[in-house]
Amino acid sequence: MHWIILPVVLPALLAPLIGFVMRHDIVLARAASVTGTLLLLGIALFLTGMAADGTTHVYRLGDWPAPFGIVLVLDRLSALMVLLTATLATIVLIHAIATGWDAKGRHFHALFQFQLMGICGAFLTGDIFNLFVFFEVLLIASYGLMIHAGGKERMQAGLQYVVMNLAGSTLFLFALGTLYASTGTLNIADLAVRVAEIPADQAALVRVAVILLMVVFAVKAALFPVQFWLPATYANAPAPVAALFAIMTKVGAYAILRVHTVAFGPGIPGTEGLPGTWLFPAAIVTIAIGAIGVLGARNLLPLIGFSVVGSMGTLLVAVAAFSDTATSAALYYMVHSTFAAASLFLIADLVVTRRMADTLTPLPPTVQNGLFAALFFAGAIAMAGMPPLSGFLGKLLILDAMREPGQMAWTWSVILVGSLLTIVGFARAGSTLFWKSTAIPTPERTVEDDMPPSLSPANPATTLQVAPTMVTLALLGALAIFAGPVSAYLQDTSAQLFDRAGYVSAVLANGGEG
Amino acid sequence: MEMIVASAIAVLTAGGVYLLLRLRTFPVILGLALLSYAVNVFLFASGRLAIDQSPILSKYGEGVYTDPLPQALVLTAIVISFGMTAVLVMIGLGAYLEAETDKIDIADSPTKEDQA
Repeated sequence: MHWIILPVVLPALLAPLIGFVMRHDIVLARAASVTGTLLLLGIALFLTGMAADGTTHVYRLGDWPAPFGIVLVLDRLSALMVLLTATLATIVLIHAIATGWDAKGRHFHALFQFQLMGICGAFLTGDIFNLFVFFEVLLIASYGLMIHAGGKERMQAGLQYVVMNLAGSTLFLFALGTLYASTGTLNIADLAVRVAEIPADQAALVRVAVILLMVVFAVKAALFPVQFWLPATYANAPAPVAALFAIMTKVGAYAILRVHTVAFGPGIPGTEGLPGTWLFPAAIVTIAIGAIGVLGARNLLPLIGFSVVGSMGTLLVAVAAFSDTATSAALYYMVHSTFAAASLFLIADLVVTRRMADTLTPLPPTVQNGLFAALFFAGAIAMAGMPPLSGFLGKLLILDAMREPGQMAWTWSVILVGSLLTIVGFARAGSTLFWKSTAIPTPERTVEDDMPPSLSPANPATTLQVAPTMVTLALLGALAIFAGPVSAYLQDTSAQLFDRAGYVSAVLANGGEG
Repeated sequence: MEMIVASAIAVLTAGGVYLLLRLRTFPVILGLALLSYAVNVFLFASGRLAIDQSPILSKYGEGVYTDPLPQALVLTAIVISFGMTAVLVMIGLGAYLEAETDKIDIADSPTKEDQA
């Protein structure tokens, strides 16, 4: 059974092929990229089916037994994350092709496939050093995508993003060194065994490594106090890339969930309660920063960026509880917030390219003002967490799961007030963009000659350009309608995540698939 | 010897962090390079410091050997940080040529360029 490694191998083979062979033929590159991403979606569906029965599948690279060789591990959680990645990638790719973003610079499709390889690898690996390597793969591809199409501000923001992440990678290596020095292993399952054997009074070095790792993952997840890179990065990245980056913050959240639950989770004497103690206040502050940022933003894309920061805070509050029910609520919200952020960035792209500016000031209305307003309205409802879309249910599940006396007051008040501020921020932005604009008469627009008619800013969006946004919003609706089955599945997922003994015995058992 | 290695890591890290906090691109890149040197030495030390030992278990020796795994990790880390530094230099150069300044901060202009 070599299915488990396919989400890594397929993009890894496709990317150089697109980069070298199809570099001058955008049509061929598009076809190959779409085919590859659809295949990835198929594989992800198959893997989800494989993992749905609750077995933890282990793939040993080179057939070396687990603590010595590198393993890929497929359980419900990693299958879910790969499926989420593949779905989002398909949507974003179609948007990028339909709006012509991929032709504005070089190597979009090759970098896109490398990005998918890194993300899928990070979700599947069962080894922390391998996680570092896949982080680097997805980061180096994201650097290229972030500065795709160039421009002064984008290059400068890209530089900040790269420096921030390189510093994070260095910290990751320091954490890995500390962890290896104190436990002698980097396999997640083996770590769980070794860390559990360390008595509480000798665990100082491990505790340092735990917190260092958490800071590294917090950089990826945009958690306070290392959240400041996100709004500038997302606002200056090409909008389809920003939509794809919606899954990148989730990589950080996934890594915290996986590593800090399996290896340093509840019930282990050396690290008992340590991750949650620090994660919880940081996540609360992150929600506040996100909400205040949404209220204060003067441009559309930073506003969405801050709403992503807020949603990461909400997600990590639930993660910080490190309990079964809170984690399944967090997973539901994770799926929701990925699509909500992506849909907002895709709508913003359609709007901003037609307004020729992303400032939140009344400008003459664009074509299809009503359509864009409706789409933005739906996206904002999802992000702010209002019924009928899934954001409401996601927040409700999180609030319901956080009933412990120490957490309830902070969680409930901050999430509820934060949601209110987010609603006000989005309502103000929407009314300025779409409502006040209608009061201004439309001037004559000059269509640039060198642009094909379908791509020129003044023209109405074609069906293919709007379809990805519609699909994302439909997915959010479906997530709300099928909340029952979905959250039942996610409860099983989080139960499997907290079944550390099952994970360890599956990974460390002799003889496996592959 | 532990003292020498530890202080080398400390000096490299301190220099790296200082340079990382500068406001120009070039010192920041140097700072990241210094930090990556520091972390490479640190990774070496994570497998215990051993001199004159073989990297594999010898069936003739007394069972003392130096841990080969951190050396493999360091090799990977060196390759990755080398590649990343190269990318960073290129992006830094690109930003410098586009903006005609190598300041890290983005000027907060009132009329922001459109994204298209």
